[in-house]
Amino acid sequence: MTDFTDILKTAHQTRDYDPVVGAIPYANLIGLEFQRFGNDVIFKLPNNEDNVGNPILPAVHGGVVGGFMELSAALHLLMMLDTPAMPKIVDFSLDYLRAARGGKDTFAECQVIRQGSRVANVIINAWQNKRDEAVATARAHFLLAP
Amino acid sequence: MSENNPYQGRAERFISVLRHCQVLGITVKEASDKALTLELPYSEQHVGNPMSGVIHGGVITTLMDTACGTMVINALPEFELCPTLDLRVDYVRAAEPHKPIYALAEAYRVSRNVVFTRCTVHQGDTNEPVANCVATFMRIGSHMTPPDFQKIVVGDDTYPEQGEK
Repeated sequence: MTDFTDILKTAHQTRDYDPVVGAIPYANLIGLEFQRFGNDVIFKLPNNEDNVGNPILPAVHGGVVGGFMELSAALHLLMMLDTPAMPKIVDFSLDYLRAARGGKDTFAECQVIRQGSRVANVIINAWQNKRDEAVATARAHFLLAP
Repeated sequence: MSENNPYQGRAERFISVLRHCQVLGITVKEASDKALTLELPYSEQHVGNPMSGVIHGGVITTLMDTACGTMVINALPEFELCPTLDLRVDYVRAAEPHKPIYALAEAYRVSRNVVFTRCTVHQGDTNEPVANCVATFMRIGSHMTPPDFQKIVVGDDTYPEQGEK
């Protein structure tokens, strides 16, 4: 699977990151998508029954919401900083604000708060109906160099 | 096993209705009122870094959230579904590919409104953790849990020491 480095290199040149997401099995498992608006990126977790945790509510599994946010942050860093490899997660702090309802799409946007040469701090917001009604917020540190 | 250990049975039934846990293949290894171990098999589908074959942190987040949440059910005197308030994870070392991952969870404080849990993710040796996690859960009362869901998870078990008041 060494060709991921090449996929990444090509993506940095063409600014087309679809093949990168396509090469990450976990992204395909949960169904992550993204859309770029100039320098902004919005990540999307489409409604998918396989992502549901509690079937009675129903709600997207909290772990999937977290995984989606964590992966969004890593991809955001890839796109913004042209990193040569997948950023490595160091720690992750997640606040659940309301249930992410099943049957609905979930969205996320990221903000790089501080970036040193080796570590980046990213804030992630996830929502369903309205951007300012977050279902969860998170903060993560990533190592940029392998 | 689950017949003489109600904690095991409750944990197994709870996990069995969480769709995404079935997708990931999460199973209950051991359960008591004090601790709980879940197992996650390795799968190529869980990979987050195609260069190393290391599984994505999100899979581990789901494992930890589920382990702590299931532990909460076994730590409470009556069945009560508690939403996660927050979850904090340190990824101490990368998980080794092609090996199962375990999450050992405990509820170290049950208060009137909040249950405090922690969990260690490892691959066979708890002294060499892959990740450490603390998570808090809000108690919203057993009356807030939908009865049909309660029935599925509690099954025929009676909760010890409670029943008669």
